[in-house]
Amino acid sequence: MFEILKKEELAANIFLMDVKAPRIAKSGYPGQFVIVKIDEKGERIPLTICDYDREAGTVTIVFQSVGASTKMMAELEAGDYFRDVVGPLGKPSELIGLTPEELRAKKLLFIGGGVGTAPVYPQVKWMKEHGVDVDCIIGARSRNLIILEDAMREAAANVYVTTDDGSYGFHGNVNDCLKDLIRNQGKEYGQIVAIGPVIMMKFVCLLTKELGIPTIVSMNPIMVDGTGMCGACRLSVGGQVRFACVDGPEFDGHLVNFDEAMKRQQMYKTEEGRAQLREIEGETHHGGCGFCG
Amino acid sequence: MEIDVLKRVPVREQDPEVRAKNFEEVCYGYNKEEAMAEASRCLKCKNPRCVTGCPVMIDIPGFIKEIQEGNIEQAYRVISNYSSLPAVCGRVCPQESQCEAKCVRGIKGEPVSIGKLERFAADTAIESGVRPVPPAQRKGKKVAVIGSGPAGLTCAGDLARMGYDVHVFEALHEPGGVLVYGIPEFRLPKEKVVRHEIENVKALGVTIETNVVVGKSVTVDELMEEEGFDAVFIGSGAGLPRFMGIPGENANGVFSANEYLTRSNLMKAFDESYDTPIAAGKKVAVVGGGNVAMDAARTALRLGAEVYIVYRRSEKELPARAEEVHHAKEEGIIFKLLTNPKQVLVDERGWVKGIECIGMELGEPDASGRRRPVEKPGSEFVLDVDTVIMALGTSPNPLISSTTKGLEVNSHKCIVAEEEFGRTTKEGVFAGGDAVTGAATVILAMGAGKAAAKGIDNYLSGKEQ
Repeated sequence: MFEILKKEELAANIFLMDVKAPRIAKSGYPGQFVIVKIDEKGERIPLTICDYDREAGTVTIVFQSVGASTKMMAELEAGDYFRDVVGPLGKPSELIGLTPEELRAKKLLFIGGGVGTAPVYPQVKWMKEHGVDVDCIIGARSRNLIILEDAMREAAANVYVTTDDGSYGFHGNVNDCLKDLIRNQGKEYGQIVAIGPVIMMKFVCLLTKELGIPTIVSMNPIMVDGTGMCGACRLSVGGQVRFACVDGPEFDGHLVNFDEAMKRQQMYKTEEGRAQLREIEGETHHGGCGFCG
Repeated sequence: MEIDVLKRVPVREQDPEVRAKNFEEVCYGYNKEEAMAEASRCLKCKNPRCVTGCPVMIDIPGFIKEIQEGNIEQAYRVISNYSSLPAVCGRVCPQESQCEAKCVRGIKGEPVSIGKLERFAADTAIESGVRPVPPAQRKGKKVAVIGSGPAGLTCAGDLARMGYDVHVFEALHEPGGVLVYGIPEFRLPKEKVVRHEIENVKALGVTIETNVVVGKSVTVDELMEEEGFDAVFIGSGAGLPRFMGIPGENANGVFSANEYLTRSNLMKAFDESYDTPIAAGKKVAVVGGGNVAMDAARTALRLGAEVYIVYRRSEKELPARAEEVHHAKEEGIIFKLLTNPKQVLVDERGWVKGIECIGMELGEPDASGRRRPVEKPGSEFVLDVDTVIMALGTSPNPLISSTTKGLEVNSHKCIVAEEEFGRTTKEGVFAGGDAVTGAATVILAMGAGKAAAKGIDNYLSGKEQ
């Protein structure tokens, strides 16, 4: 059993939790993820690590309540327990294997889209702790969906907030903001890390390929065990089949087949939707979910 | 009860038409009268050949004699001296190629139903609540066992019986390994059998910590240097699925058998009260001919699908147990033999819409001794399915070997370990089961766990030179 020590609603339906998990807190690194399971009958839900405290033995997770399982998760409070938390899974970010000099020379920009800002945070924090100044773009549809802005401002040299509807910060999506920084503000970047919805990562990568800037993305496909056992999370990267759970979750974004990844994620969406529909409609649900025809 | 000594006492099974729609166990097993009658067929050979066919060398005539005399609890005690998982082995061991293959009764008639008798003794013990007890004498030494599948549980059970403090690490959220995520409920009931056997191992004083991925959460070196374990057994299995590498394999609706079975068995997708989704499929092709392929096919059938087994060799070469093939056929699985997939056909939404296959014929024997299947040009056809399950075998996960200093693996990523005692290239570290051999059987893994327990005892008590 893994106790929830703190819960905070960062934005509408986006929650942060500190969970007591000493083994993970001790051995986790930025870029890795955990899998949580609420109770005996719940699903295994993969979530990228947002922060960890080695002394306190806690890991921080951030999630958006969209499907049946994450809605149940949102109902948990501090003092409640997850039945299972396992990790750290996947490989740490490649960047943390580099020296501060090498990192500084890279001229790093981090891009977090929506709830994807959460997995960007520990990497930016790592850079700060190792004396590396980095820039960061945080984007969301609207002001009320911007998360972790204060924490990010503490960790990054420059933070650029952008909203699709212009309700806060720059008016536009993360790509518009990136173009503005490079074309109008004289910024230069040698390496980008972009984490967010697959569609966002796809378009960032199309742009950065054009601009010739290497880009790392973090994939969060459907998973079951998270240890390489099931192959549900397989992706095409540079024409090769790779498992996000053990070969990733971070990959060279210019090599990822995003269109295939989006189609595979659709399976997840409709299935998640299916579980939700069953919850609402019980046995009376026949059709309409896009799955059962 | 009257019997024909040349014939086995038949075992009662669920009707194929009924069981094709449920997850209840297929075979009901013997009752006491049937078991005693079957036991009377045993010749009590002075030189029992059956024992030599058993990887853990159970005193087979010994326990059968107890059953014949009606001492069922005593029969269970005899088996327990050799095996930690008799209720499991009585169900999933390939007895027909092991103990029963050597039975002298089998020369003229049918061999004694050793597996069914073992199951009966173990099930009776479960019902009467007989549990093993830990030894009073403690050795004062700690052993870490990685993986709680058949190899790990056997090794842990044997070491606990010798008086070692054993701590088992399991990566998933339930202990049992392949017994829980791989083998389906209708072949091996989880609550009644697997959980009970695991409780028996715990009753010996073994602790099991779930949700620890060794190699990620903690390394073997850390276990030995920081957590004070005097020896380590690695029984992490062969969990990595293989795919064919054919076009369309990443389409929605193509699953590894591991994923499909894990969703159904471990995550209990077949049970409405669990949240796990599964794409059951209406028409399913399972590619492969082993026990895992049969398990996946029969699971899909029970979830309501029409199911094909697609296998590139002929019936004779099917690696699955004869009993599993027989059960699958009875239940209505359609066998497409001498057939190999060329590509998965995908619709515009990214979902499977069929599988293009080609007919095969058998040529010269290959390295495995089986006749190599070769394509028959022009025999391509499309099998109309919406789901494809790849059951092509598995290989060991490199998570542990790649993070442990001085642990050698071979070209197949299998850990190099001596057969006799499971000793690896790293001092104090032993290994066995599928992690060493690649995917094999439950009982071979148990045999390796047992051998390693002896090896660890030799090592820790200084008997090893």
